[in-house]
Amino acid sequence: MQDAPESTAPSPVAISRASTGDDRNARRSRLATFLDADLLHSFLRSKLVVVAALLTLAIVAAALLAPLIAPHDPYDLKALSLLDANTPPAWEKDGDPNYLLGTDDQGRDILSTILYGTRSSLQIGICSVLLASALGLSLGLWAGYAGGRVDTVIMRIADVQLTFPAILTALLIDGVALAILKHRMVEGGKFWILVLAIGLSFWVQYARTVRGVTLVERNKEYVEAARLIGIGPFKIMFQHILPNVLGPVLVIATINLALAVITEATLSFLGVGLPPTEPSLGTMIQVGNKYLFSGSWWMVAFPGLTLAALALAVNLLGDWLRDALNPKLR
Amino acid sequence: MASGSIFRAAAALLVLALAAGTADARTVRWARSGDALTLDPHAQNEGPTHNLLQQIYEPLIIRDLSGKLVPTLATSWRVTEDPTVWEFKLRQGVKFHNGNTFNADDVVFSLERALQPTSDLKSLISFIDKVVRVDDYTVHIKTKGPNPLVPAYLITMYMMDKEWCEANSTVTVQDYKDKKDNFAVRNANGTGPYVLVSREQDVKTVLRRNDAYWGKAEYPVAVSEIVYLTIKADATRVAALISGDVDFVHDVPVQDIDRLEKAGHFRVNFGPENRTIFLGMDVASPALATSNVKGKNPFADKRVRQAMNMTIDRGAIKRVVMRGQSVPAGIIAPPFVNGYTKELDQLPKVDLDKAKALLKDAGYAEGFQVTLHCPNDRYINDEGICQAVTGMLAKIGIKVNLVVQPKGPHFTLLQKTPPESDFYMLGWGVPTFDSHYVFAYLYHTRSGKDGGWNATRYSNPDIDKSIQGLTEEIDVVKRNAAIARLWSTLSDETVYIALHHQMVAHAMKSDLDIPVRPDNWVYMKMTAAK
Repeated sequence: MQDAPESTAPSPVAISRASTGDDRNARRSRLATFLDADLLHSFLRSKLVVVAALLTLAIVAAALLAPLIAPHDPYDLKALSLLDANTPPAWEKDGDPNYLLGTDDQGRDILSTILYGTRSSLQIGICSVLLASALGLSLGLWAGYAGGRVDTVIMRIADVQLTFPAILTALLIDGVALAILKHRMVEGGKFWILVLAIGLSFWVQYARTVRGVTLVERNKEYVEAARLIGIGPFKIMFQHILPNVLGPVLVIATINLALAVITEATLSFLGVGLPPTEPSLGTMIQVGNKYLFSGSWWMVAFPGLTLAALALAVNLLGDWLRDALNPKLR
Repeated sequence: MASGSIFRAAAALLVLALAAGTADARTVRWARSGDALTLDPHAQNEGPTHNLLQQIYEPLIIRDLSGKLVPTLATSWRVTEDPTVWEFKLRQGVKFHNGNTFNADDVVFSLERALQPTSDLKSLISFIDKVVRVDDYTVHIKTKGPNPLVPAYLITMYMMDKEWCEANSTVTVQDYKDKKDNFAVRNANGTGPYVLVSREQDVKTVLRRNDAYWGKAEYPVAVSEIVYLTIKADATRVAALISGDVDFVHDVPVQDIDRLEKAGHFRVNFGPENRTIFLGMDVASPALATSNVKGKNPFADKRVRQAMNMTIDRGAIKRVVMRGQSVPAGIIAPPFVNGYTKELDQLPKVDLDKAKALLKDAGYAEGFQVTLHCPNDRYINDEGICQAVTGMLAKIGIKVNLVVQPKGPHFTLLQKTPPESDFYMLGWGVPTFDSHYVFAYLYHTRSGKDGGWNATRYSNPDIDKSIQGLTEEIDVVKRNAAIARLWSTLSDETVYIALHHQMVAHAMKSDLDIPVRPDNWVYMKMTAAK
């Protein structure tokens, strides 16, 4: 995953787009052509990818619509009743049709909690991918374009961070943020701490990839031309080089989304993620895990399956996107 | 050839020795959800910390299974003609693990150490005026007033070697809440049946049998090695027992008791623990740091506390969260404790309408927000209980943000002065079996030697005076009347919300039989392996 985008030469389409500048009509039609010719075709050709895309879409839609379609509101503590706790799924003995997939140890409806939990997992995933890609893009562009000492400093920091597993970095950032807040958490604070922790632990891949492409691009004629007519480095980086590195970044972002969701689940499973009163998928799995031996399998099985399905589907999409955007593999 | 036969004889002897060694060797791998917080014997007055220390260090007196005080490092004790002076005769010929002899100097040193400001045991023995060495094996404890309960307060006063402490500059007790460190935190030199071999905090502690132990004739000391493991996750701890990776699970999660009993090849022992789980809240600060109510403190209003008290459905917690393994409670004193009465332990009737009305009277008709701090590796299903409480309080409009963390950071929040929590869960065990212990730690104003675990900021000079008075009242009838008066006032004040008295289940391989003691401690020296 790391090697392919780094060596990717920008597609001819992208170069010609950048070199002809800002003609909006031309860009739109080229975008349409681009989709038509390459992506859409290769998308429809593979059944697996279509299934993955549909699955992702279904999960995302269910998560987005959670407040509308969930039979219960798992965050509404007033409605919780301990007496409903540990109910098995509806089709099992002692099941309650009111709780299709059963309830957890606090009487929360598993189905509703999964819908809401996926929502928070995805929110954290998307926000942290945005943070990681923004940070990685900027630093990578800067390192690649400026070169010299800037490049050395940024890339050595990246190398050092690469030697740690991302989950350790995330744990560290999470711990430090909590210590700074001194356990006096403000509402919703945990959400942003997680975004920060996951985002900061994933920026390196973006930076390395973007730097690689930038190194190639900055010696191209259109960049030299831009420099000659006196355009500032900031504008060159973000307006001229950036569009050419977006392809690989998109690929990493897609695959990273799955990774970020899993990292969030891992952190929650380890007990440093979202609080048990606002469970994400990872928190649900952690809670359910306690009851595996006592036979309450539904508490861990359904959130686990959802997480696996989501991660798999997004990963498949990311893989396909990488192949589709990589001219060498075509 | 002569040398050859000597070698052969030596080899044969070696084989014999090894065989004898293995026949006698029994390692017990002991798993529990939380580790001892420190090995400094006087730094923390906390159950699991005491339990590990009891294997390595010894006090003058311990309790046997029935609760009777039995001689340990003291062989006998009595009140002298002066009712404020207790005389302790010490056991002779006892050696510390480093070979030093135990004598009266060590007792004087250890008790004085336990009275230092950074000691967490100081409230327990704040009645001591001074400790005097009479001769090598006799010690007098002079109390500030006559105190009939002196021996009961000594069961967690571990004896350290004066020379060892001085040589390793650990004369001063570790200041746990300020995260200080000293040599005794990771090293140990006691007189106990087990010697510390290695320790990795929150992971693994290895202890080996002390072959020079004085009590070999009195106790089986059959376990030759203890491997004490911290396994926080409930399912993992049980899985370790099932797969044979551990021999003994100290705290079996309530949801897994059934399965272990049905498996047939494990022994599960049950018992009530001398411990009450409760909620504490800041009743005195002008405002709460974590609340949306600014400028005033909702918990300072007794009506709010009463409303909360009648909102929490202890019966539901017992049935669902504890699966029957608890006794719902009205006061922070289990039935073992002197001063306990059924009347005090009455549960408030769950009445949401009345609770809402009380909140409305207090000016919180819309409810309020607050953060609840909760441990997740200390009490049976602690996190589940906190979640249930969160749900119940939501029903009267109190929105609780739950912060769950391991006991180390959790306890630090409460022990800091001023405490850094507005609302918290805690459990209190009563090793002295007397109400004074509860009053001194939980209700006395936090000052000097007392109120070490009173994180509510509750402070009432009259109450403080009555608590002090208990240590000096020698007339049992009068003393018990004073205890009853204290309980009746304090219960009415609703400073705390008692939840339940905890029940404990130990699970082990069937060749072991470790009973549940009311103090929830295990004295491994008392264990006979079959």
